[in-house]
Formats: sequence, C-alpha cells, structure tokens
Amino acid sequence: MEAITKRFGGATALDRVNLTLERGEVHALVGENGAGKSTLVKIMTGVYRRDSGIVALEGVPVHFRTPADAQHAGVCAVHQDIHILEHRSVAENIFLGREPTTWGFVDWRRMIANASALLETLGLNLDARATAGSLNTARQQMVAIARGVSLGARVLVLDEPTSSLSPREVAILHDLVARLKAQGTAIVYITHRFDELYAICDRVTVLRDGKLVATRPLAGLERLDLVCLMLGKPREQLRAGTTAFGEHRTSASAASTAIPLLQVEHVASGSKLRDVTLQVRSGEILGLAGLLGSGRTETARAAFGADPCDEGAVYLGERRITPRSPDDAIHAGVGFVSEDRKREGIIPELSIRENLTLAALPQLTRFGVVSRSKQRAMVETFMQRLGIKATSADQRIRDLSGGNQQKVLLARWLATSPRLLILDEPTRGIDIGAKGEIQALVNGLAAEGLGVLMISSELEELVEGSSRVVVLRDGRNVAELTGRDISQQAIMHAMADDEAEPSAPVHAADHLLA
Amino acid sequence: MMGQSLELEPEPAASPVRHLRRLVPGPAYAAVGTLVLLVVANALFTPNFATASNLWNVLLQVSTVTLAAVGMTLVIATGGIDLSVGSVMAIAGAVASVMLGRGVIVAVLAACVVGTLVGVLNGTLIATMRVQPIVVTLATLIAGRGLAQVISHEGELVAIDDATFMSLGRGHLGGVPAPVIIALVAVGIAVFLLRATAFGRYVLATGGNPAAARLAGVPVRRTLISVYAASAFLASIAGLIVAARLGASDAAKIGQSMELDAIAAVVVGGTALSGGRATILGTVVGALIMQVIATSVNMLLVPYAWSLALKAAIILIAVYLQRPRRV
Repeated sequence: MEAITKRFGGATALDRVNLTLERGEVHALVGENGAGKSTLVKIMTGVYRRDSGIVALEGVPVHFRTPADAQHAGVCAVHQDIHILEHRSVAENIFLGREPTTWGFVDWRRMIANASALLETLGLNLDARATAGSLNTARQQMVAIARGVSLGARVLVLDEPTSSLSPREVAILHDLVARLKAQGTAIVYITHRFDELYAICDRVTVLRDGKLVATRPLAGLERLDLVCLMLGKPREQLRAGTTAFGEHRTSASAASTAIPLLQVEHVASGSKLRDVTLQVRSGEILGLAGLLGSGRTETARAAFGADPCDEGAVYLGERRITPRSPDDAIHAGVGFVSEDRKREGIIPELSIRENLTLAALPQLTRFGVVSRSKQRAMVETFMQRLGIKATSADQRIRDLSGGNQQKVLLARWLATSPRLLILDEPTRGIDIGAKGEIQALVNGLAAEGLGVLMISSELEELVEGSSRVVVLRDGRNVAELTGRDISQQAIMHAMADDEAEPSAPVHAADHLLA
Repeated sequence: MMGQSLELEPEPAASPVRHLRRLVPGPAYAAVGTLVLLVVANALFTPNFATASNLWNVLLQVSTVTLAAVGMTLVIATGGIDLSVGSVMAIAGAVASVMLGRGVIVAVLAACVVGTLVGVLNGTLIATMRVQPIVVTLATLIAGRGLAQVISHEGELVAIDDATFMSLGRGHLGGVPAPVIIALVAVGIAVFLLRATAFGRYVLATGGNPAAARLAGVPVRRTLISVYAASAFLASIAGLIVAARLGASDAAKIGQSMELDAIAAVVVGGTALSGGRATILGTVVGALIMQVIATSVNMLLVPYAWSLALKAAIILIAVYLQRPRRV
C-alpha cells in the first residue's frame, strides 16, 4: 500500500501512509486509538475506499469495492468483535456463502468433512458440527480465522485478536499464527499488548495521528523506543514502568489493618462460580486474577447483584447486602464497570452528559424532574477531573474513542460517590495514553479511601497496581498474594497449578480445545 | 490561524436542507421539510385547502392518531412496539358506553382504568416474562377486540346520548375543538417527560442498551411497564374521543388499524424503531403529514386506493432519509 490517504468530512484520517507486507511475515500495526490503524485495515479489506494512493497485491494494482472483493483476492480480516452466526454450526460459519452443493442442495456431509479436515490442518481440535454460539470467545475466533484460511487468504488481518483471550488461549492463537506464517500467509497483527508484539511479530509499523511514523524490524527495537514512537515523545519523558500505578504499596500496607469494606463469603452462582471468599478494604486495590472461565467476572457480577447468588453472602461494612439486583448494590454504595464496554457500558445514542449522570440521576432529581444546573455542574466537574476529551458534553458517547468512553463510565460511578468500585478489565482495548491516565486515577481514588476490586488479565497491571491479589481457579479462590509475594510468576503458578506449563502451546492447545 | 482553518475546512454551501437541519435538531428535519412542502403545495394547488375551516378539520382529524402515536413513541423509544392501541380504544369506548348510566366522571374514569390495565398487562408480560413486545401486544390486539365486544353486549352498537360526554369529541374551548386541546396537553406532557425527567432518560437508556441500563441502576422493568401503561392510557382517551364524536360505541370498528397509523406517524417523524432515540414533536409532524395527505387526496377526489399508495411512498421516503449514514 502506498501513499494511502483517507478523509472523513474535514478530518484527514490517513495521510500518505505506506505499508508493505512480505510473504510469511507477521507485521504488527500499532498506534494509539485514532492513529488510523482501523482505517488503514478497512481500506486494505475493501470496507472503505481510499481517496488516493495505490494498493497492490503481489505487484498488481487492485481496487476492492467491497469486503467480498477483497476476500476473493485473498485479503481477509478477523475483527475485534467477531462476526459469527451464533445459531449455525462451525462448518456453516466457515463455508457461509460458499456451501458445497450437489444438485443445488447443500451437501452437508461434504461441508462437515471439509471443515473437519481444515480444522485438523490448522491443529484445532474443534467439532465442525458444534453450534458456533456454544463456543467460547477464543474458539469463535479460531472459527473466524479458519474461515479466512478456507477463503485462501494470502493476507490475514487480525484486529486485536487476543483482547478477550486468557493467556492459555493466546498461546493457541500464536501457535496458529506461526503455522499460517510457515505456509506463507502475510499477517497484519493489531494489538495493544507489547508481550505479544515481541513474541510473534517480525516487523512493526507505527502510526500516529493518521501519519506513518516508522516501520522497523522488532528484533533490536527496545520497548521504550517503541512506546516513544507511538506517543511521539522523547525517551526521557516516559516513566520506567509501562503502567501508571506507582507509589501505591505504602498506602496499602497502612490500609491492611482497617475493617474490611467488602466481604464476599462462600459465594456460589451458576456453574462457573463455586465457592469464592474475599475481602476488600477501604483504600486498597484488590487484584482478582484467574484464567478466562475461572470465575473472575462471575465473582464481580455476583457481588454487584448483576447475577443472583445461589449461595453465600456479601457484606458491605457491617451490613449484609447480598444484592439481588444492581439497584441494591448501588444503593449500598457499590459501582461496577463491566468488561464489555459496548454491550454493558455505554448507551450509544445518548450524549456524554446523559451517560455520565445515568447512575447518579436520583441525586439530581426532585419530584422526578432532573435539575439541569446540577447535572451540568456534575458533568463539568467529572469531565475536567478525568480529562475526558470531547467537543462538548452533548456529543454522543459512541463517537468517542474507547479510552474516553471508559472514562465516562468511570465518571458515571464516581458521580454516585461510591464506597467500593468493581472494575472488570478497566483498561482493555484502550490506547496507552488513556490507559495510564485511568490507572493513575484508580490509584489516586484508592489513596483517598475508595475500595477497589480490579479484575485484569494483564498480569503487569495486577502486579503493579494491586496491594493484594486473589487468584481464582475453577470458581474458587486458590491463592492470596500480598506485598513482595506479588509477581507475575507467582500469579501464573497459582492460576495454572498442576496443569501444563503455559510455555508449551501445542500441549495447551489440546487441553483448551478438547 | 483563523484563515488557515478556514482554508482547511471550507464552510459547506448553505443548502435549504442544511438550514433546516440546524433549525430542527435530530432526525426530525426530514419530516418537518416534508410537511412544509405538502402544506405549501396544497395551499397552491388544492382548492379550498387553505381555508380556516379545513385546517381546523385537519387538526381535529389528527388529534386521535396523535394521542395514540405519542404513547407509541414512548414504547418504540424503549425498543418495543404496541399493536394493541386500536383494541384498547375500542375497550375504552365500550366501557364508557355501558357505564354512562352512573355518570360521566365514573364512565370516563372506568374506561381509562380498564384501558390502562391492558397496558400494564402488556408491560408486565414483556418486562418480567421476557416475551417479545410484538407477540404480547398482538395477543392483546386480538383479545382486546373481543373483550370490547363482550363489554358492549355482544358487539351491538351502543348509542350514547349524554351531552357532557359527547362534548369530549364535539365541544370547543375558545374556538378550539376539545380533541385538539386534549392532544396538545398530551403532547406537552410527553415532551416534558422525555426531556426534563429521570423517567425520560430511563426510557431512552432502556431502549438504547437494556443490559447497560440495568447495570447502571435504571429500573428497567418499571420503565417498560410504565411506557406500555402510558400508551394504553392515551389510547383509552383517544377511544373516548372517537366514541364521543360518533355518538356511539362501535366495538367492532373503533380504533381499527389505529396501531398502524400510529406506528407510521412515529416512523415518519424520525423516531428510530430500534429504540434509544425519540422525538415527540417529530411524531406530531409525522401524524400531520399523514393527515394532510389523506385530506388533500380526498379533496382532490383521488381514489382512496391511490391515497394509500401515496402514504406508503411517504413512509418509505421518510425511512430512507433517516437511514444511518455510512462512510
């Protein structure tokens, strides 16, 4: 791709960007949100049309008008939000629109055989007849990739493929990427996670504000230099750590003597949450670690009343609340930021103002009427305090970047003056700048006395941010780490226990997809 | 600095559409434009259209649809739909006609209570049993029509001769027909509810993203039951007005296909059927558009079948103009 330019209205989203992919290369595409990664990918895959520039595939200039055009030419994308027909089988999803037919009828047997063969060559132990919706996110992703491969993809774009995967599942994905690479497929890999970049990518292209900053081989490129390229800041301006949790430990040790703010006692719910007990004290950040499916999110939802507790009790301070609905928890002083911003966080059509004040409305209301002036004051306070970047408070929230959306959702809870905040993956899918700001904010809130229960699948974030870490496995709490014992190794050991080491991906593959 | 930014983003040429968009916020601009166009064209080409008596007649005609459509707007804003409004109108008319012997106030109150209960039933089934709104209200559409006929003595036409009651449909206040005043009051209250109250925000939040709304502490169930109750209450009043104008309760006919007229008004007015966005004033404009077409076609002696085709075309154009914009 050469000198690609794309404008939206008056704004230039891409300004003469070049990107060259070699056969059998894993090429990372990085940049903060709004850098133009998605736009570039969408032009590459025929979703958008470029305003100027050249796209050539194996030396031949091409003009993709639709994603189908691009797919026929062998350019496929697997998006962050997986597009899959949940009610159809794996095989149907893979061959959607290209079902093998006999006399005009779908040849089911052949389709399933072909799908099974394909899954096997990719090293995936998946049943082609299974309903796609019954698979977990990781497996759905594999199905989406398998579809791309079956289309004969020569260029495969993976847009944040690991944002909802556990470490073990990430290993399987990386294994698959390596196989495709060996077969000569060029892969564009978009991610926010540095570990992955260095683990599987050959070269990296950095975009910033719609412009090409650099394309470099990853071998020999220091992490700090890469961050500098992304942020456009000189090296000496950056902190040493990659997260913004800094001086928290001291305040945590002081807090450890206080009375527990939240007590979750022997809580069980559904099939995933079996028996979890934990405490959060005022002024501390309790990290909750565990693989996907270990019951992290379920614990948070049960404590907030989003899902019912079948057994056990939840106390806030002295009082037994065991919330039956989010409303109960909110009244008791608990806030909850879900891991799924789009589905369970934002109200897309409403403005920043309405989204921000939604949970605090009862405080702003007299006889059912919302006080405009109080609402405006609240919105101004929090937009300023959290540094929410928007043209105005009336802007629709869906037009904001992920980082700013997340800040609005945090503000939604801070506006209710909560005693406890439950954060499920608070920095997922957010650019580095906003990530740091959110981490620093959470840190500051805890220092002011707020209790925080933080779920994260980024071990770095847990290690640097938490004063204590509780590790879950199979719906039970299996370890608690404090002070110096908190390390990535210790957490991983507790998460994995007697299971296979995460450094053996092929083995792990059998385990996960069995 | 100024000069530079002007060069980079030249102000787009001010077209009439753009002006309108600035005057009328949101997706309702297309509806307002259409209405203005229709009225001007009719004033020029349809004989006797632009007379005071005819314009009053348009407003009188549109008032019952407006009542039903305002309730429908609230329901659609939550991502639902209410097919039962026509049947609720018939129920209200039937209840009032058999209760008139006990006084006008009792009759009107009883009609509103029974009608609203149908809405509460709709809302409860939808909010707690998680049955799809279209299924629940289709059931009450069918059952409600039957109930109305049972109430009015096996579907007989029940004549009404109470002058006070009939003034609901035929009376005037300061030269303005009573139905128009009632519709205006309802519109005013609905606009206030949607813009100024917590309830209004809960409606939009529930329609925009029910899962997120619940987690933010929005009383989703209560909100859903409320909008269906409101829709049925407004339909009850519309039913009373129709019965009063007819001077009879005709359980088989009152409010027939009203649900479709109401939905058409809402859609033409710019409220998204997917929920989360709503404009009451747009709905009023939508109802007016449909009525102006019906009236003018009638005055121009165009066959009824053609007027239906015209209505259909207007609906499609309105939806086309409001489609989500792509890049």
